[in-house]
Amino acid sequence: MHKTASPGTVSFFGTCLADAAFPGAGMAAIRILEHLGLDVVYPLEQGCCGQPAYNSGFPGEARKVALRQIEAFAGQSGPIVVPSGSCAGMLKLHYPKLFEGHPRYFEVLAFSGRVFEFFDFIGRELGACFEDRGPSVTVAWHSSCHAMRETGSTQAAKAILRGLANVELKEITREYECCGFGGTFSVKRPEVSAAMVRDKVADIAATGASMVLSADCGCLLNITGAAAKMGQSFTGMHLAEFLWGRIHA
Amino acid sequence: MHNDPHFDFTASLEKALADPQLGENFKNAMTGLRGKRLAIFPDADELAKLRATGKAVKARALSKLPELLVRLEANCVKNGIRVHWAQTGEEANAMILDILRAHGATRLVKGKSMASEETGLNHYLEKHDVEALETDLGEFIIQLDGETPSHIIVPAVHKNKKQVAETFHRHLPGAPYTEDVQELNAMARKTLREKFRTAHAGLSGVNFAVAETGTLVLVENEGNGRMCTHVPPVHIALMGIDKVVENLSDLPPLLRLLTGSATGQLMTTYLNCITSPRREGEKDGPKEVHLVLLDNGRTRLFADPQLSAGLRCIRCGACMNNCPVYVRVGGHAYGSVYPGPIGSVLTPQFEGIDAKGDLAGASSLCGACEEVCPVLIPLAEHLRRIRAEGQGCPDTCHVRGCGSKRTLAETLAWKAWAFLESNPWLRERLLRLAGLLGDRIPAVGPLKAWTSARTTPKLAPKSLRQLVREEGIRHE
Amino acid sequence: MSSQDAREQILSRLGAHKPGPPPTVAPHLAWSAPVLAPAERTASLVKRMEAMRAEIRRTPEKKWKEALAQLLTDKGPATLAYGPGAWFAKDLKTLLAKSNTEAKPYAEDAEHFRDTLFGTAASITSVQAGIAETGALVLIPGPGEPRLLSLVPPVHIAVLRASDIVSTLAEALETLSSGTTMASNVVLVTGPSKTADIELTLAFGVHGPKEVVVLLLE
Repeated sequence: MHKTASPGTVSFFGTCLADAAFPGAGMAAIRILEHLGLDVVYPLEQGCCGQPAYNSGFPGEARKVALRQIEAFAGQSGPIVVPSGSCAGMLKLHYPKLFEGHPRYFEVLAFSGRVFEFFDFIGRELGACFEDRGPSVTVAWHSSCHAMRETGSTQAAKAILRGLANVELKEITREYECCGFGGTFSVKRPEVSAAMVRDKVADIAATGASMVLSADCGCLLNITGAAAKMGQSFTGMHLAEFLWGRIHA
Repeated sequence: MHNDPHFDFTASLEKALADPQLGENFKNAMTGLRGKRLAIFPDADELAKLRATGKAVKARALSKLPELLVRLEANCVKNGIRVHWAQTGEEANAMILDILRAHGATRLVKGKSMASEETGLNHYLEKHDVEALETDLGEFIIQLDGETPSHIIVPAVHKNKKQVAETFHRHLPGAPYTEDVQELNAMARKTLREKFRTAHAGLSGVNFAVAETGTLVLVENEGNGRMCTHVPPVHIALMGIDKVVENLSDLPPLLRLLTGSATGQLMTTYLNCITSPRREGEKDGPKEVHLVLLDNGRTRLFADPQLSAGLRCIRCGACMNNCPVYVRVGGHAYGSVYPGPIGSVLTPQFEGIDAKGDLAGASSLCGACEEVCPVLIPLAEHLRRIRAEGQGCPDTCHVRGCGSKRTLAETLAWKAWAFLESNPWLRERLLRLAGLLGDRIPAVGPLKAWTSARTTPKLAPKSLRQLVREEGIRHE
Repeated sequence: MSSQDAREQILSRLGAHKPGPPPTVAPHLAWSAPVLAPAERTASLVKRMEAMRAEIRRTPEKKWKEALAQLLTDKGPATLAYGPGAWFAKDLKTLLAKSNTEAKPYAEDAEHFRDTLFGTAASITSVQAGIAETGALVLIPGPGEPRLLSLVPPVHIAVLRASDIVSTLAEALETLSSGTTMASNVVLVTGPSKTADIELTLAFGVHGPKEVVVLLLE
């Protein structure tokens, strides 16, 4: 079943959160890749990257799920693009650690080598820039910890955002700090997670922006959920969805 | 506070989070320390070199740990320092008491020593009628209030000046109430100088011990460490066996990393290198110097190829200052000598997963600690490992109390999760069902925890998989 | 359990798990502090020590006595402790005889001199070397100049020759270890004693000297 991909073909790893709660973000990312002239494949056998189990002390279960992902993407050989710094970090950096000494280690390594965070891919690899056709808007940007510290894709995302002519970017104080999501952390240590996300919401509200953008659905789910509970009026959106809206309008 | 078998981490965290003053004190101080560290390392390339070098130096020392300890001992003995070995805190305390008793010493002045916090030395000595007085300003403040350090570098950081003013006013004879930091400082100086002058013995920690020369290296800003090690006739140094380095030439990168990461200083006020007791003809300095080498669980860490990297720690506190959890709850909430990320890694190993394994859960694994660790300890990886140890994961099991956090419910939940994530079609159907139920899903378990601070997450009417199929995206 | 038993147990546990060979640092990642030209060293030391609130008084070497006399007039300590072994001890005695400052030579054991020292207003010591990289004085106390001199009195005057300033801490440490044995005590000082333990507010003169004055002979 192995097909030779044309250089213009990329595989898309949608992430389980985008699949369930933010499909618009996933579709927008796919549309942007197509807009850039790429042929996008979405293997339907994909699921979660395995990070929740990996971070919760269940590496065996994480490995089981990880192998399913590797198998799901075995039909292609080109880049695998992921609209999340956290999931991309898991696939790219943690899979090799998870499979150290495993019989399929080199297969895993080859898979990980194909993985790119979405904005890193379109910004750094493709050098894409976009014409902003949207109305003037003020936004705040939240970087996921793993986009900042693992994939290092924050810079590429912010560069694309800064390149949009009618968008004013407001910086959040303590941008470096985690929003408190942390996957299962948010439900295993809810008291601390809540304190963190409340501060993050307050910092975002203080910018006066009407909308917070991020490239990670987990952070968005956390921040917008807390903002709604706190009665804050700003909304949240994945940067891919926002970007598609600006160029497609 | 520590070594409490009934330690309730959740209650402890809730208590800390319910104290707005505490949160404010920590947030201010940690933001300050974070900024100072950033300012002292302006050059990213140079910092990368420093950290790589620091890691290599400590890793090299650990790779020859037994040889270096023997060499350190031999050189210390040659220099006239008496060397003692203690496997446990209790042994170390008993040895220290023996030394004090041999001199009829009942008044001990102490410089900062986290190892002595590990052994509970003050409490032990008090029980045996020895006054053990902390002399580092922060330690002095908290000792007056009967507290333990809330931070390994700035131990009284949980208190603001009003609270310190109250402490001094309450405990120091004749001390007026003042919130002037300079005046508070002057009161401590006055009280402690008299103690330094008259103490029978001094105790200190050790930042680095140089095997090549048998030299004990101490860094400090206040001068209390020098007072404790220079003035009394007996000096006892207590150090964990992980503190040994090979050569004097190993010191410059480590010192730069330690002071820069801890307080944003290029160098502390004093670097105190002690190689021997008072020599023939010298007029001062202690007549006896004792070095107590403490294991207290370190050899167990050493045996683990992955977790032994934690022994590289130089106790700078940067992981605490940058941890979003520590910054909000402070050190006491962890109920252990070493709080914050490094404490959440070390404490469960020292005290057992059953007693302190929960600490490893107090992290969103955001990686802020790893980003600043001067010796590149992969803290997030270690936290994950401790979590896996808690579940008794067969491919890792090594740490004391491994498997003690395992519950049938959670194990089954993850098995079910793995099954679902391996069967995307089934997952899709379940999600659709959940979407139909919507708000009728009762908020119990994880959902209850989630909705304590957030609205109920809404599932999309159509999943990405559905949209991909409907909108004709290539899928195979 | 005795110390000897504990020693055997600890070493045998460590020996049972020999870790792999020590890691090496790639040469392009090895750190060392930059070496400064002699002309830059003094400037660097002065800048860094002043930032640490040390007071630096620069004087041509041959005019050091006048400069010291001036310094004593300015500070006006009632008493000044010094070590009889300091290279400037003889000149200092002469100088103090003509001043209002009473000389307190540290010539007996601490057990007898300690109380005097705790009541002395200032001290003066020689300095073995200066470190440009971090701004620090290298003090090597010994029989001629005991260690408490630079610690106990509230004002510490340190006499440093500019020609003794080295570039880096590494260089200074190399000199220290090149002899047969290390001195019993070596202390590096960057300025007056300080603390930030209360609200991270910097306060000077907590347990050691409140003032450090460097008489820099050039």
